[in-house]
Amino acid sequence: MTYEELLKQTALNDERFIVMTAENRALVRTLPAVLKGRFIDTGITEQTMIGAAAGLALRGRIPVVHALSSFLTMRAFEFIRTDAGIPNLPLKLSSFIPGFLSDGNGATHQSIEDIALMRGIPNMTVFAAADEDDLVKMLPQIWQLPNPSYVRICTRTSLYKHNDFEMGKAEVISEGSDVTILTYGFMFEQCLIAKDILESEGLSVGLLNMRSLKPVDEAAILKVVKNSEMLVTVEDHFQTGGLYSILAEVLLENQKTAKVLPIALKEKWFKPARLNEVLEYEGFTGKQIAEKILGTRVNATQPEIALTEFAE
Amino acid sequence: ETFDNPNRDYLFLSKGHDVPALYGTFVELGWLDAARLKNHLSAADNIYWHPNTKIDGIEFHSGSLGHLPSVSIGVAMDIKLRGGKNKVVCILGDGELNEGSCWEAVLVANAYKLDNLIFVIDRNHFQANMRTEDLIPLEPLHDKFTAFGAVVKRIDGHDFNALHDTFSTFPFEKDKLNVVICDTVRGKGLPSIEERADRWFCNFTEGEVNSLLKELEGEAMTELESETLVVR
Repeated sequence: MTYEELLKQTALNDERFIVMTAENRALVRTLPAVLKGRFIDTGITEQTMIGAAAGLALRGRIPVVHALSSFLTMRAFEFIRTDAGIPNLPLKLSSFIPGFLSDGNGATHQSIEDIALMRGIPNMTVFAAADEDDLVKMLPQIWQLPNPSYVRICTRTSLYKHNDFEMGKAEVISEGSDVTILTYGFMFEQCLIAKDILESEGLSVGLLNMRSLKPVDEAAILKVVKNSEMLVTVEDHFQTGGLYSILAEVLLENQKTAKVLPIALKEKWFKPARLNEVLEYEGFTGKQIAEKILGTRVNATQPEIALTEFAE
Repeated sequence: ETFDNPNRDYLFLSKGHDVPALYGTFVELGWLDAARLKNHLSAADNIYWHPNTKIDGIEFHSGSLGHLPSVSIGVAMDIKLRGGKNKVVCILGDGELNEGSCWEAVLVANAYKLDNLIFVIDRNHFQANMRTEDLIPLEPLHDKFTAFGAVVKRIDGHDFNALHDTFSTFPFEKDKLNVVICDTVRGKGLPSIEERADRWFCNFTEGEVNSLLKELEGEAMTELESETLVVR
């Protein structure tokens, strides 16, 4: 099942759904012909798209809105906050090429503050899918939520078969007493590799695919804080305002502390290049993550990283 | 009775700071109890400087300029999708047209042939602090909207017959966004305020308010000392 097939079925089965885009058709190429009037491309007008989506939602519709992550969350931020956040309208934001997935586009397209921005809006719920399997398991529930929702889209194929999604809950991939890695979205792929490498080095490694950033799975966090020597947050996002900040808030709220290694982008935009070279250059490959956690080199081999569809 | 009827005509006040005019209208219509007006800015009620949906009859909150043109587009689109005949009116200020989102909205409304949508421009020739033409000139405004694909009428916004005739002939042209530019005088009816940029946003004293009310009835002009305190 792909994102497009799920959206097509959902919209065909429920006439409340309207598919919108600011001329980013990559995820929805076949839908105009199928949905006709219920497919609305407002052209390169992120603000107008969001305002119109709010108007449609006023009339009982559920708009599933598509745009490049950086423009959706920044160019249209005030429209999302004011026209969907304040009235709590069920706009469903599908955020395309977030984080490293913008690869060779450059800083203009790098959406690495989106989690911080979106979770700052009252009523807004925030999610990130690790890959297409994860995505199609999460979206049906997200699309039925009465609140506005922001979803980091990732349609990469993955070998990992995810559990069914439970709203607001993290997916516990493994539990480990030495270290637990907490991640979300695209970085899951590399964290799975890091986990395997660390285990081969004799460590007991936990891994959480957070899936939902707001609401966040506090219970799962508190459990790993208790059972793990060390926590590592891994995110293709600025260190400020993302998972590391969320973790800090949960710890403080529960008067807990933990040894935490944040692996995130620190006050800088990342090097634009082919995706595998971006990860290598910025130190976010599975192997490099494992080495950072261990504090030493490992002689494991880093598996090949598939390029994005645009860069092939 | 009409508040939730999906076949109602919709009014979106994008020029949100004009809400006192809406409050007055709603009192006349019996939608709003006049007694509540003294709750203005009181935490015990929801009557403040911009429209909000807690006041019956207000379709969407506003105050941030340039938002409701696109929101009204969404409503007009849905009505078209459902084959409805109701109309959507969005009132914009002329100063508001400085916001790019307004022009984006006109382009999109035209692309989607939303002839059930009417943008009414309150052309009072002023923005917050000065005449529009002294800051961001808009004329020829008629041509700008026409060039963006809309069908445009321009009338005297204080001539009720012209207003009636104009608003009872929709759409002006099939498949085109309707735009009505209403030439108005800011502060109309109060000569001591009319067209006075420094008398736009003031805390008038009790005495000044009373004399202004008399002036409205055509009696003597008011001696105003309160200075504007524009917060825009």
